[in-house]
Amino acid sequence: MSRPAQTEKFQNPVVQWIDERLPIFTMLIKEYGVFPMPKNANYLWSFGGMALTMLIIMIVSGVVLAMSYTPHVDMAFNSVERIMRDVNYGWLLRYIHMNGASFFFIAVYIHIMRGLYFGSYKKPREILWIVGVVIFLLMMATAFMGYALPWSQMSGWGVTVITSLFAKFPLIGDGLVTWLWGGFSVDNPTLNRFFALHFLLPFVILGVVFIHVWALHITGSNNPAGVEPKSEKDTLPFHPYFTSKDGFALVVFLTVFLGTVFFAPLALTEFDHFKAYDSMVTPPHIVPEWYFLPFYAILKSFVYDFTVVLALLAMGGLLLAFPAAYVFFKGDKKKRDMAFMGLGALLGGLVLITLLAIATTHLEQPSAAAYLKVVIIPAALQGVLAMFGSILLLVVLPWIDCSPVKSARYRPIYKKCLLVLLISFITLGYTGAQLPEGWPVIAGQVATLYYFAHFLVILPYLARKEKTLPVPNSISEDPCCASKGN
Amino acid sequence: MDSTKKQHAAGADGETRRDFLYLTAGAMGAVAAGTAVWPLVDSMSPAADTLALASTEVDVTSIQAGQTITVVWRGKPVFVHRRSAEEIAEVRAEAWQELRDPQSDQSRVKSGHDEWLVLVGVCTHLGCIPMGSKTADVKGDYNGWFCPCHGSHYDKSGRIRKGPAPKNLAVPPYEFVSDTLIRIG
Amino acid sequence: MYKKSLPLVLAALVAFSAPAPAAESVAPPKQHWHHQGVFGTYDKASLQRGFQVYKQVCSACHGMKLLSYRNLAGLGYNEDEIKAIAAEYTVVDGPNDDGDMFERAARPADRFKAPFANDKAARAANGGALPPDLSLVVKARHNHEDYIFALLTGYQNPPAGEEGLPGMSWNKYFAGHWISMAPPLVEGAVSYADGTDASVEQMAKDVTQFLAWAGEPHMEERKKMGIKVMLFMFVFAGIMLAAKRKVWAAVH
Repeated sequence: MSRPAQTEKFQNPVVQWIDERLPIFTMLIKEYGVFPMPKNANYLWSFGGMALTMLIIMIVSGVVLAMSYTPHVDMAFNSVERIMRDVNYGWLLRYIHMNGASFFFIAVYIHIMRGLYFGSYKKPREILWIVGVVIFLLMMATAFMGYALPWSQMSGWGVTVITSLFAKFPLIGDGLVTWLWGGFSVDNPTLNRFFALHFLLPFVILGVVFIHVWALHITGSNNPAGVEPKSEKDTLPFHPYFTSKDGFALVVFLTVFLGTVFFAPLALTEFDHFKAYDSMVTPPHIVPEWYFLPFYAILKSFVYDFTVVLALLAMGGLLLAFPAAYVFFKGDKKKRDMAFMGLGALLGGLVLITLLAIATTHLEQPSAAAYLKVVIIPAALQGVLAMFGSILLLVVLPWIDCSPVKSARYRPIYKKCLLVLLISFITLGYTGAQLPEGWPVIAGQVATLYYFAHFLVILPYLARKEKTLPVPNSISEDPCCASKGN
Repeated sequence: MDSTKKQHAAGADGETRRDFLYLTAGAMGAVAAGTAVWPLVDSMSPAADTLALASTEVDVTSIQAGQTITVVWRGKPVFVHRRSAEEIAEVRAEAWQELRDPQSDQSRVKSGHDEWLVLVGVCTHLGCIPMGSKTADVKGDYNGWFCPCHGSHYDKSGRIRKGPAPKNLAVPPYEFVSDTLIRIG
Repeated sequence: MYKKSLPLVLAALVAFSAPAPAAESVAPPKQHWHHQGVFGTYDKASLQRGFQVYKQVCSACHGMKLLSYRNLAGLGYNEDEIKAIAAEYTVVDGPNDDGDMFERAARPADRFKAPFANDKAARAANGGALPPDLSLVVKARHNHEDYIFALLTGYQNPPAGEEGLPGMSWNKYFAGHWISMAPPLVEGAVSYADGTDASVEQMAKDVTQFLAWAGEPHMEERKKMGIKVMLFMFVFAGIMLAAKRKVWAAVH
């Protein structure tokens, strides 16, 4: 979107006058008029536009709501109820904002799934993808802080539970949580800063979305065939073809959204969200909003402390791995040395944190048995690291999956694995809302295991070994697009 | 290649000085930026009025053996309980290694002040406030505290003995300013 | 290793990592409500009866601090009736020019008068239990209307051998069953102005509908607007589809 080399000529002298000084009309025509879209892009390509629409709806409704909202622990809950009862159309604005967050996430999750299925993260779209992951993280932060603002039981306790996770980090944890809270419990300073950030971050998201779209317009859109457009035959101008297609999809999406707003506005929320926050009474069942549940389930899947005895077992395993690597890489000295160095680093790290844990633990009755029980990494810290790791994995996805074939259409095994990933993710979403006992814990652990195995084991393996189907030479020659119509 | 090397040699003095100035300027800029950011970051730490309530002093002169008073510390109830000699003997007779959250009674009180038990009055199960501090309260099977929400029983050392709670009642950081004055926090 | 965590952090963390609460609760049976469904509206006569039950029974212990007397227009009362209802209560206002607080009759703009000065007074008067505010009670309980109705009609004799604390009653639908609220409704506790027979079920049904209205007073307006918006969106989607087809017709 730098200054175009040549500007368009416009009939309207006013437009022409402006365009010579600020070529905004030229840019619009270039980026949204004649911009070439792969002609086989299906309706899944409409969800980016829907997500942007939801962002704008959230910003507009949010700014108006902020005019009637009071960020103070004594008044926040009642000021939201005043919006619901006394402010003109306040109930409508609040229900739009409340359910809008959910529909924003619905659009974005489908958008991400589409990217995974059709390999939209692969060369040359790596930066486009990473910027997208940044938007996703910012959305999660914004939504989390927004959930705090009504200062209900769910708000206050949700904030307490999630911010308390940071206390699990060794050494800095407690100080970090006190700093996040601005005090020694979730209180007025916490609410105030959450309000300030909840107001600010959407505009940051808007800025990052601009970069996302910018990167998109450098590489152009991916498409279901996963081959780049080769000639004009493969593309159609954005307007009117995709304005009309995306426009129709958007209206359908908004119809479902508005149906929820008007007829089931509480379908996606918890009843404890309508009790004012009480720091002396914990609700028996604290759950985050549905769009966080899969990640919450990953957090809860880690239930065993990593103790000295486990560390010793792991060290034994690593020692056994040395001769195994020696045999395995017999022919290749370079690889063997690399394997030795990797194993050595792991072993050294493990020994170091074990000694550190033992050195910093005060035991009342020191004995060998007591030292074996010393916790090195508590279960909760493992969960926190895994939860953040599960999202950060997406950042390096373009380099994990280096298969040259983009679209899952031509990757039969990848397609099945992706389906399992989706099932795992939905399973995690379900177990995330359950009490941490019985079979949901096991189901969550299995799904968590698959989630990480999918990215860390299956994808690198498939990238090298999968037998892919023949990829069409160009979009126009893609048989499935020709037969299916648009 | 050769010519650039010569130029480099010729201007070595000047270049070293220029690099030094650039580096110093850059470093000073970084220091300035860092210094400017700190007030912003630290403004989010607890403010003076919050810190003023971070510690609470409790005069325990009037508490009789067997009595508990409840004080508010950092928005949470804290139980200060004066134990009788029998109570202490009773909790110390137990084999604490076998408990769910193994802690000896000695590790939960200040040595030399063994009669004083200071606990955060928040059940470690779901954050309810256990009963047992008032004379008329239900004290549970271990004659300590009893959480009415889901039936967790704590002993006279605040250790979990029965029911769903996973941990002992927390002991807040505190110290004896004098024999009759405790500072919590 | 990290034993020095703040006590609160501990409490908060166990709050979600700890095993489930043991308290068993029974799912309330589904009821039919006049105001449910896409076209459901509030039954005004029932709301008025429900308000009467609240006024004469519940309001002795439970406040509704989010409601003002003016809101009673939503039950179908006119301005004069609302003024008369408000005037039955005295509220504290002030300070006046002498710096003193004074009592006066309530006006439509005043909030519903609270039964207790503050939560501590409410606890002190109710054996330590706090009667919750009812403004949002239907939205703030699982199973909403069905639960409130079930709770009000769910008082039974405790199963043999079960003993509760003094002053508590056994309720089939309350989590843990022992509840501090004594059975609030007894046959004929109110005499309805419209002559309806005041059975416990009838009163429970009426007051539940009144409480549902209190939590969501704009529901009728929301549904009415929703129907118009939906009709518009369906037509809009149709037109958009036709336009899209027209544009894409040439491509194939």
